[in-house]
Amino acid sequence: MRPLKFLLKKEFKQIFRNKALLPMIFVMPLLQLLVMPLAADYEVKNINISIVDNDQSSYSKELTSKILASGYFQLSGYTHSFKESFKLIESDQADLILEIPHNFEKNLSRNGFEKLFIAVNAINGTKAGLGGSYLNSIISDFNQSISIKASKNTPDLEFKSIDIASLNWYNPYMNYKIFMVPALLAIIVTMIGVYMCGLNIVKEKEIGTIEQINVSPIKKHHYILGKLIPFWIIGIVVFTIGFFGISWLVYGIVPLGNLFLLYAYLGLFLVALLGFGLLISTYSETQQQAMSVSFFFMMIFILMSGLFTSIDAMPDWAQKIAYINPVTYFIEVIRMVVLKGSGLVNITKHIFIMIGFAILFNTWAIINYRKTT
Amino acid sequence: MQDLIVNNVSKSFNKGKVKALVDVSFSVEKGELFGIIGPDGAGKTTLFRILTTLLLADEGMATVNGSDVIIDYKAIRNNVGYMPGKFSLYQDLTVEENLVFFASIFNTTVEENYKLIEDIYVQLEPFKNRRAGKLSGGMKQKLALCCALIHRPAVLFLDEPTTGVDAVSRKEFWEMLKRLKKEGITILVSTPYMDEANLCERIALIQKGEILSIDTPNNITEQYPDKLLAVKSDNMSLLLKDLRKNENVKSAFSFGEYHHISFVDGFKNDPMQSDLFGANNHTNISMKPIAATVEDCFIHLMSKHEVNGN
Repeated sequence: MRPLKFLLKKEFKQIFRNKALLPMIFVMPLLQLLVMPLAADYEVKNINISIVDNDQSSYSKELTSKILASGYFQLSGYTHSFKESFKLIESDQADLILEIPHNFEKNLSRNGFEKLFIAVNAINGTKAGLGGSYLNSIISDFNQSISIKASKNTPDLEFKSIDIASLNWYNPYMNYKIFMVPALLAIIVTMIGVYMCGLNIVKEKEIGTIEQINVSPIKKHHYILGKLIPFWIIGIVVFTIGFFGISWLVYGIVPLGNLFLLYAYLGLFLVALLGFGLLISTYSETQQQAMSVSFFFMMIFILMSGLFTSIDAMPDWAQKIAYINPVTYFIEVIRMVVLKGSGLVNITKHIFIMIGFAILFNTWAIINYRKTT
Repeated sequence: MQDLIVNNVSKSFNKGKVKALVDVSFSVEKGELFGIIGPDGAGKTTLFRILTTLLLADEGMATVNGSDVIIDYKAIRNNVGYMPGKFSLYQDLTVEENLVFFASIFNTTVEENYKLIEDIYVQLEPFKNRRAGKLSGGMKQKLALCCALIHRPAVLFLDEPTTGVDAVSRKEFWEMLKRLKKEGITILVSTPYMDEANLCERIALIQKGEILSIDTPNNITEQYPDKLLAVKSDNMSLLLKDLRKNENVKSAFSFGEYHHISFVDGFKNDPMQSDLFGANNHTNISMKPIAATVEDCFIHLMSKHEVNGN
C-alpha cells in the first residue's frame, strides 16, 4: 500500500496545482447546474397566434379571449383572411393560425357542431406540438362550457360526459426543474469520470512520464488505483456540492429516498465510468485523441440517456442503445430515489447492471493497459 | 562479470517494413562506461527500450544484471535507472518533489542514497522549490540523472543525455558519468555526437539497426586503413566538389573547418605536388596530415558496409 500512498499524494498535488483544471472540475459543473435548468425548459410560453375571425360573433370573441387568457399565447394578428395570417407565419411573426368560420356561432347553436381550422408552423417541432395541443385543450374546454350552457337552457336534455381529472404524482406541478436538476447532476458526474481520469493518464503518456513509471517496481494495479481514486473522490465531492448546495438549497429539491443508497449507487457508477475513461486512455496516444473519443461517447451518453427525451418514446433500436448506456441507469436511479423515494428493492436491477458495467470496463481497460507494448 | 549481454536481438516495426534493430549482439562488463554511437534513427532508443523492458524484441535475448529482459523483467525494473532522451519528469512538481517521488516509488529515500547524487544535487539545491518544467535544459538533465540514480541502480541507461545541451553542460555531464563509474555503476550511454565517443571506455558504432564495430575508441581509430589529410581553402563548398571529382581521391567529407580526404590505393605521390583541385583556382590552400577520428571511422565503416551490403 506504501507506493499507492505516494502515487495518490503526487496525483493530488498535481491536480490542485493545475490552475486550468481546478475551475474546470469544481466551478464549471456547478455553474452549469445553476444556469442550464433555467434555460433548458420544456414549457413553451409566448406562442404567437394569429386568429382569423370570419364570424365576429360573441362566441368567437369569447373563444379568442379564452385563448389569450391562458397565458401561453400571444396575439400577433387578428386578421380577416387566412391569406393575411399566413403572411405572418411566413415572416415568422406567428406560430399558429386559428381560423373561425363564418356563421360559427349560428351553426354551433343550431346544429350543435362546427369545425375550426388550425394551421401550425412545424419548423420548431416542440413548439408546434405543444402549441397545437394547448390550443386543442382550450377549444375542448370552450366546447364543454357552451354545451353546459346549452343544456341549462333545455333542462330536459340531459348532458352526459366523462370528466377526466388527472393528478401528477411525484411532481405535482409538473415542475420541469425537479425532473431535470437531478439528471443534470448525473451528467456532470459522468463528465468528470470520462474526461478527467482518461485525459490524465494520456497526459502522462504524451509527456513521457509513464515511461519512467514503467521502468520502476510500481505495480500495474497500484498505478491504476492511483489514477482512479483521486477522481472517484472528486466525483463524489462535486456531486455533494451540487446535490446539497444547488439542487437542495437553490431549487428546493428535497430527496425523498435514502441518501446512503444514492451515494452507494453514485460510488458504483463512478467506478464504472472511471473504468470507461481508463479504457479510452489505453487506446489513445495523445490528449487530442482521448478528447475526441470522449466527446463522441459523451454525446451519446447525454442524448441517449433519457435526460431530455423519454426513452419509451424512442424507436426500438434507439432504446437498445439507451439500455447499454450506463448513464441511463444512473439517471433513472437518481430520479427514482430523489423524487419517488425508491428503496433498495426498486433499484436492485440497476445495481446489478452497474456492477456489470464496472467489471466490464475495468477488466477491459486493465487487459489493454500493458506495461510493455 | 558481464552486466549486460545482448544476443542477436532484432526488432522491426510496421509489420517488418521498418527494421529498427538487425541481429545486434554485444556485452558490457560490470562497471564499464559503454557508448552506443550512431546518427538519429540508427536504433539506439529501440535498443534502450528493449533493455529497460519497455519493449519486447522480435528475436534474440538479452540479460541485464543477470536477469532476462522477458522472464525477470520485474527484477530489472528494481535494479536499473533509465533516463529517456525526452525529458520525462513531472513538470508540475518541484525539483525536490520529483526526487522524493522517484525515491519513494523505488522503495527508498533520498537520504539513503544521497551520497551518490550529492555532487550533482548540490548544483540543483538552490532551485529545489522550483517546478521541474521551469528549469533550464542543463538543469533538467541533471535532475533527470538524479532521479534515475536515486535508488542506486546497478545499471544506468542514458539515452542521448547530451542532445540539446550546451557545450559546457555536456562536458560537465561527462565528468559526472566518470565519477559514477567509480561507484561501480555500469553505464550504457547513447549519443549522436562522435566527439563524445572518446569519453567512453568502449563504444559500439551503430547504423540502420546494425552494429558496425565494437571496440575501444583508440582501437577503432587505429584500425582506420588509409592516410588522412585535412584540407581547407577559401571556397570550401567548391573545394569539396573538386576533390570529389578527382579520381585519386577515395573519400572527401566536410569536418567543420576542414575537409578530410583519403586517397585510393596505389596513390603514392606527394599530395601537395599533385593537381588535386581541378581547373578552379583555389586560394589559401592549407593541407596537413591528421589522425583519424571516430567520425572518420564511422563514415569509412558505413560506406564499406553499404558496399558489402550491395
